[in-house]
Amino acid sequence: MCRVVDLQQAVLARNEDAARELREALAARGTVAVNLLSSPGSGKTALLEAELLLAGRRGTAVAALTADLATENDALRLARSGAPVKQVLTDGLCHLEAATLARHLDGWLPEETRLLFVENVGNLVCPASYDLGESLRVALASVTEGEDKPLKYPTAFGLANLVVVTKADLAEAVDFDEQAFLTHVERVNPGVEVLFTSARTGQGVGLLLDRATAVLEGGAVHRPVMGVPSAGHHHGPPAAPHGPDQGHGHAHEHGHTHTHEHGHGHPHREPALPPAVS
Amino acid sequence: MHEMSIAMAVVDQVAQAAPEGAGRVESVLLQVGELAGVVPDSLHFCFELACSGTVLEGAELITEPVAARARCGACGTGWAVGMPPELACPGCGDGAATELLTGRELQIRSVRWADRPAYADQEG
Repeated sequence: MCRVVDLQQAVLARNEDAARELREALAARGTVAVNLLSSPGSGKTALLEAELLLAGRRGTAVAALTADLATENDALRLARSGAPVKQVLTDGLCHLEAATLARHLDGWLPEETRLLFVENVGNLVCPASYDLGESLRVALASVTEGEDKPLKYPTAFGLANLVVVTKADLAEAVDFDEQAFLTHVERVNPGVEVLFTSARTGQGVGLLLDRATAVLEGGAVHRPVMGVPSAGHHHGPPAAPHGPDQGHGHAHEHGHTHTHEHGHGHPHREPALPPAVS
Repeated sequence: MHEMSIAMAVVDQVAQAAPEGAGRVESVLLQVGELAGVVPDSLHFCFELACSGTVLEGAELITEPVAARARCGACGTGWAVGMPPELACPGCGDGAATELLTGRELQIRSVRWADRPAYADQEG
């Protein structure tokens, strides 16, 4: 004997619940999170360092959390900007999840932070599936990666609120076809804005900060076509009701996560996030 | 390779939804949209590992592909978006009014449970 039970549950529902809670908790304290996705070596750390430095000059309170499989190199680079920086080592895990991020922010994120930049693990596949509670998701690609990157990684570019091209100073040297790149982006994410930047020459530096600040001030964010939650299908409510302890505040650990904090003269205050996310 | 995380999430959710008197899980039916960003082969491999030592041990994962389809809100054209996806309307060329109807699913549809024998916890 056996029986078939209709479940109709989204597999990523728990992450989405955790992401929603984190987004609300951040909003309640006046912080906006920016999730940066790119391949390894795309130059997102160099760009982010320049943006953090500029934020300091503009008097915008920013912080950055950077996730890598190993090494603290990125945190050391970003910390040169003077902004509070936290390195998360994923020990091999290819992406960040919302509950993991919430845990790392709890007790670390300085209270005055208005913009939190999350530098996701360098990977254009896995991080794309995980909402981290960000209000602005940015997919980056360097000109050296080729014009067809958005077509090869449609989920990463298709779900972005903003696309940033890096290393634009090398475009000529690598014969980068800007028009083809824009066409490919438009194909997977109609209407999304594309920014051209070079951390080396300073081209476009500050635009990312401008866009993030606009979100902070309540500006509209581009809504990608692919961003519809669980597109289509008229799924009914889950057959099994969610219990009070199901899917909330429940963190999945896939391997250990080490955390190292970099003080760099910035006293880290201890304001925890609201209890909802701890 | 986030398929392991996905497989573990499936196993967790199925195990928590066990109905009264249920025994082991025979199969799980999962819908995987063309644009879900998940590789079914990889997911099958990970699922077997993730089931080990749970009520899902030995369960079969059945994946049901869902084609990605879109509709243009401006001119009403419907189309299969394909892979890589074409999300600008092939009818009027506009992308601003595109609505993605299907293709992002990553959804547990149903679970086939074996009943636990009334006389013992051991199986047969």
